[in-house]
Amino acid sequence: MVERAVHDRGSWPTDAPIDRSEHELADWEILMDAIVGALGSEGVMNVDELRRGIESMPAADYESASYYERWLFSTETILTEKAILTPGELDQRVAR
Amino acid sequence: MTYSVGQPVRISARVHAGHHRTPAYVKGARGTVERVHDRFADPETRAYGGDGTPHRQLYLVGIDLRSVTPRDHGSRDRVFVDVFEHWLEPIE
Repeated sequence: MVERAVHDRGSWPTDAPIDRSEHELADWEILMDAIVGALGSEGVMNVDELRRGIESMPAADYESASYYERWLFSTETILTEKAILTPGELDQRVAR
Repeated sequence: MTYSVGQPVRISARVHAGHHRTPAYVKGARGTVERVHDRFADPETRAYGGDGTPHRQLYLVGIDLRSVTPRDHGSRDRVFVDVFEHWLEPIE
């Protein structure tokens, strides 16, 4: 069996039913989507970097995070890596 | 392009710690080239700030579902996966 990271889900056996229900997006989720789109079109962060950042999440965090929470984690990771954000900058701004 | 439609191939099972788009469940599997796609920027370098050159040839590979799932579904379904050329190996 090939070793796999937590994001690499294909063919994992499960008996859990697939949740096919429709769901509304929260405002912050729509904003997250727009931010990632803008970062892409401005050439700041591409989708492969976004995916790599998601794949760098600790397994437990990955499992407990929602779809756009993973985008947020990755965007913060990549922008900090590129020194566009300083470490902890988002937390400081949110705490204000 | 190295591979042509109908050609049997094996998907590489090599270890690659960095970002790549070949899913684990098809690594080591045998399949058949179903379609020759275009060449695309290489996500393995683009994920680390590179420009993705040289662009890589992408193929659609068809695999018997039973050969890549732990359960025997008893079906004759096939799974189709996009795989870059440098993840394919020829089968003699």
